[in-house]
Amino acid sequence: MIRLVSLAALLLLWQIGASLSDPHRLPGPAAVFEKIHEEAASGALVFNLAVTLARVVAAFALAMSFGAAIGYVMGRNRLADRLLDPWLVTLLNLPALVVIVLAYVWAGLTEVAAIGAVALNKLPNAIVVVREGARALDQHLEDMAHVFRFSFAARLKHLVLPQLAPYLAAATRSGLSLVWKIVLVVELLGRSNGVGFEINMAFQLFDMKLLLAYALPFVALMLSVETFLVQPLERHVSRWRRGVSRRLDRV
Amino acid sequence: MNDTFRAGGAASLDVSIASKDYHSASGRPLRALENLRLTLPAGQAGAVVGPSGCGKTTLLRLIAGLDKDYVGTITLPEHGRLGMVFQEPRLLPWRSVIDNIRIAAPNAREDDIAALLDELGLAEHASHFPRELSLGLARRVALARALAVKPDLLLLDEPLVSLDAALARDLREMIARLIDERRITTLIVTHDLREAIALGDRLFLLSPRPARVVATIDAPTPRSQLHEEAAARIEAQALAVYQGMSSYQDKSSPR
Repeated sequence: MIRLVSLAALLLLWQIGASLSDPHRLPGPAAVFEKIHEEAASGALVFNLAVTLARVVAAFALAMSFGAAIGYVMGRNRLADRLLDPWLVTLLNLPALVVIVLAYVWAGLTEVAAIGAVALNKLPNAIVVVREGARALDQHLEDMAHVFRFSFAARLKHLVLPQLAPYLAAATRSGLSLVWKIVLVVELLGRSNGVGFEINMAFQLFDMKLLLAYALPFVALMLSVETFLVQPLERHVSRWRRGVSRRLDRV
Repeated sequence: MNDTFRAGGAASLDVSIASKDYHSASGRPLRALENLRLTLPAGQAGAVVGPSGCGKTTLLRLIAGLDKDYVGTITLPEHGRLGMVFQEPRLLPWRSVIDNIRIAAPNAREDDIAALLDELGLAEHASHFPRELSLGLARRVALARALAVKPDLLLLDEPLVSLDAALARDLREMIARLIDERRITTLIVTHDLREAIALGDRLFLLSPRPARVVATIDAPTPRSQLHEEAAARIEAQALAVYQGMSSYQDKSSPR
C-alpha cells in the first residue's frame, strides 16, 4: 500500500513538472503512456525488450558461471588467488566503456562481442563476492564431510552451495543491476536493436516521448525480475532460517 | 612419512606415531605427539584420557584422516568406515535432523534410520533444524549420524563436554549401551577420567605434551560388571600413574 502511494506521488510530481515545463523536454505521463501503447501495438516495444532481456540473460549466465567457478577456486586455493588477483584488480578498475569498445574493435559489431563485453564487465564483481564466500566456508563442516566420505556431488549440493547461497544471491542482485545498465550502453554503441538502440534513436531525434516510452517499460521489467525472480529465489535459499525463527517464536 | 592401512585382523585399530609436529604462529615447531602407540582389539571401546591440551583431539584427527602430516603408521579396521562425533555436533544447519543423517549415510535404509532416531529419543525431532535443538539433543543427532553409517570404527571426541551433569549422565549411559550392544570398535577421547572409566574397556593414559601413552589399563568386561569399587580402583590406579610422572602438574591433570 505504501509503495502504491509512493508511486502515485511520483506520478503526481511528474505531472506537475511536465505542466510547468516545455512538453518537448518533459512530456506528461498521459502522453508517454499513449506512446507506450503505440509502440506496444506495433510490436516494436515487446521485440526490443525481448532482445535486451535475452542479452541480459546470456551475459549474466556467462558471468555468473565463470565468476562463481573462478571465485571459488581463488577462495580455496592460495596460489590461484595470488596468481589471479592482479588480473582481477585490473579488470575491476577497467572502465566498462573501454571493455565494450575493445570488444567491438577486436570482435566486430557482433552479438558475441556485445554479450562478451557485458559478461566481462560483470565477471570481476561475481568473482570477488564468491571468493569471499569460498573463504568463509566452514572448515568444521568440511572435516565432517571428509570423515563421512561425502561424494563430490553431495559435498557441492549439501555443503558448498548452501554456504555460498547468500553470496551468490548478493552477486545476482548487484550483478543484475550492473548488467541491465551495461547492456543498454552496449546496444547504444554497436547494435541495431534493443532498448539501448531505441533510446539512442530517440536521443538523436530529440523525441522525449519515445525515450521515456522505452525507458519506463525497461524499468518495469527490471523491477519485475527483481520482485518475481530474484527475491523469491533469495527467500527460497534462506527458507531454513525463517522456518527455524517461526518455530522458535512459538516456543 | 605417514601411512594409513585399512586391514582386518585381531588388532582392529593400531596406532604407532613417531612424531606429530605443529608450527606455532612464530614458526617455532611444537611437538604434539611423540612415540605414541596404542592397540585396540576389534569390538572394544578404548578411552584416551589426558590433560587438557595434551593432543587428544590431534590424535583423533590423525586417525580420522583429517591430518596426514605426521610420522608413523595407523592401521584402521577392515573397510575403514568411520563414524565420528566431534566436540561440536557439526550438523548441516540448513538440513533437518533426519536429512543430516540421510546425507551422511546415503546407503542406510529408512527403517534403520527411523529405528535409530527412536532408540536415541529423537523421533519427535526428526523434522527439526539443528538450531532448534539443545546441545544435548544435537550431540545425540551427531551420534545417530555416526551410527547410521554402520562404522567399523567409531570416534568420539569429548562427547559429554559442556553438558550439565544430568544430561551428561544420560548421554553417557546411552553411549555405553549403544557401543555395548553393537560391539563397534570405539575410541573415545576425554579429559574426564571418570567418563573414560565409564565408557572404556581399555584406558590409554596420555602424558602432557608431547603426548605418549604412559599406561594402558584394562577395565573388567562386560562394562555392566563395573561396580563402584572397581571404578574407584581404576581411578586410583590412573591417578597414581600421573602422580608418578615428573612432569605431572595438578592444573593440567585429568579430573
